[in-house]
Amino acid sequence: MMDHGANGNENEAGGDTKPSAGASDGFDAASGIPSGADAGNRAGTALNKIRTLEEALAVITDGTTLMYGGFGGIGTPPALTEGIVAKGVKDLILIGNDTGFPQIGIGPLVTLGRVAKVITSHIGSNPFAGKRMTEGSMEVVFYPQGTLAEKIRAGGVGLGGILVDVGVGTLMGEGRETVSVLGKTYLVEPALTAEVAIVHAKRADPYGNLVYDKSGRNFNPLVAMAGRITIAEADEIVPLGGLDPETIVTPGVFVDMVIPGKGVSWQWVWEKKHAAE
Amino acid sequence: MGMGEETRSRIAKRAALELQNGMVVNLGIGIPTLVADFIPEGVHVVFHAENGILFAGRAPDPGEEDPFLCNAGGYPITIVNGASYCDSAIAFAMIRRGCIDMTILGALEVSECGDLANWIVPGKRVSGIGGAMELAQKAKKVVVLMNHVNQQGESKIRKRCGLPLTARECVDLIITDMAVMEVGAEGLILREVMAPYTVEDVVRYTEAALIIPENISIIT
Repeated sequence: MMDHGANGNENEAGGDTKPSAGASDGFDAASGIPSGADAGNRAGTALNKIRTLEEALAVITDGTTLMYGGFGGIGTPPALTEGIVAKGVKDLILIGNDTGFPQIGIGPLVTLGRVAKVITSHIGSNPFAGKRMTEGSMEVVFYPQGTLAEKIRAGGVGLGGILVDVGVGTLMGEGRETVSVLGKTYLVEPALTAEVAIVHAKRADPYGNLVYDKSGRNFNPLVAMAGRITIAEADEIVPLGGLDPETIVTPGVFVDMVIPGKGVSWQWVWEKKHAAE
Repeated sequence: MGMGEETRSRIAKRAALELQNGMVVNLGIGIPTLVADFIPEGVHVVFHAENGILFAGRAPDPGEEDPFLCNAGGYPITIVNGASYCDSAIAFAMIRRGCIDMTILGALEVSECGDLANWIVPGKRVSGIGGAMELAQKAKKVVVLMNHVNQQGESKIRKRCGLPLTARECVDLIITDMAVMEVGAEGLILREVMAPYTVEDVVRYTEAALIIPENISIIT
């Protein structure tokens, strides 16, 4: 049931590169912008990555390896996840920090049994994840949270993997490749990339330059770099030049599509508690 | 943890005495979170949250919550002057790089040499490791807050941990509902006893060997 990722795994693809614009992204960046999607961009169509939700969802199909930002659902793109649920795709391979809550973040995909495998650090807030892992209908691979973050970052920055001493001498280190550097033992952790990465930004411009929202940043900037196709859902889209270059967290070159968001649709756990009091 | 509010507060209050001016501190979920309510007057610490916040503050007043400003447990918090946000890679860089002076965590078992087990009971519900492994292995000081015995009445302070480890020889101080114990070079040292328990009670409910110094404080 539980695998600590000791075996080589098809999703761990160090040195993976992004396809060139318009090549295999499921859309042609050089062609015109879909009607109604031009949010005041005057820099020409090639720099405009604003797409509709439907166009974004077209690249997510049965069996897609999907990486997602978010921590307990905070920073997981709501319109995209809802769209994926509504589209009905199944056998997804998820890579992300946690499995959200049953109705929050990436959680509903797990709750509804649409996930074949998840590579994550924590599933405790979504009982359906534990249930599916125990009954064997969903494979779960755990990594320490900081190791997972760096594996994703390594994939995103074009490295083959990382050397890390966290977990050496524990269950996490069992059966793993190790290497000795200057007398210290490290685990060799291959990089992680994904076919599609989805992130939630507070603000974006049409090129995909992104700014996040406080603790909603979490895994998002790492995930944004590690997708072969990266889709950013932004609660606000400003014209090119509308973001302060000093404050941009994710440079738009990593982003392939920008879709307009409409904020969080689910009720947070603490809101429910307040309502009950 | 199946522990009364008063006991939880008592443990948290004792743990807060470990906070020293200027420390960068990460608090785990559960009783450790309560430690922030008992910071001694005049002590200023920096709270780190592994979801990407440095200089985290208290919980907001009802109605003042920001859904995008939460702690690692997913509950709304505030920030204080000096705060910064970062991504998860940087948040864990701070931990691995040794920038965290102290972490306060819960535990399933601790051994007399300071081994910590707090993430998995094989065959039972598995939540995953989260950030516990980095914090336990890399924080300069690791303080464990927990019940002295488990729900079956067995000691959680063992000669050797039976459960898979989070990190080896990482724990510095254990604070339970019965006692405060320090992991020393020679073994586990009983430092303080929580009244109404006695030294004899603590010894009886501790599987690990305890070094009993002459001067043991009683916490009333």
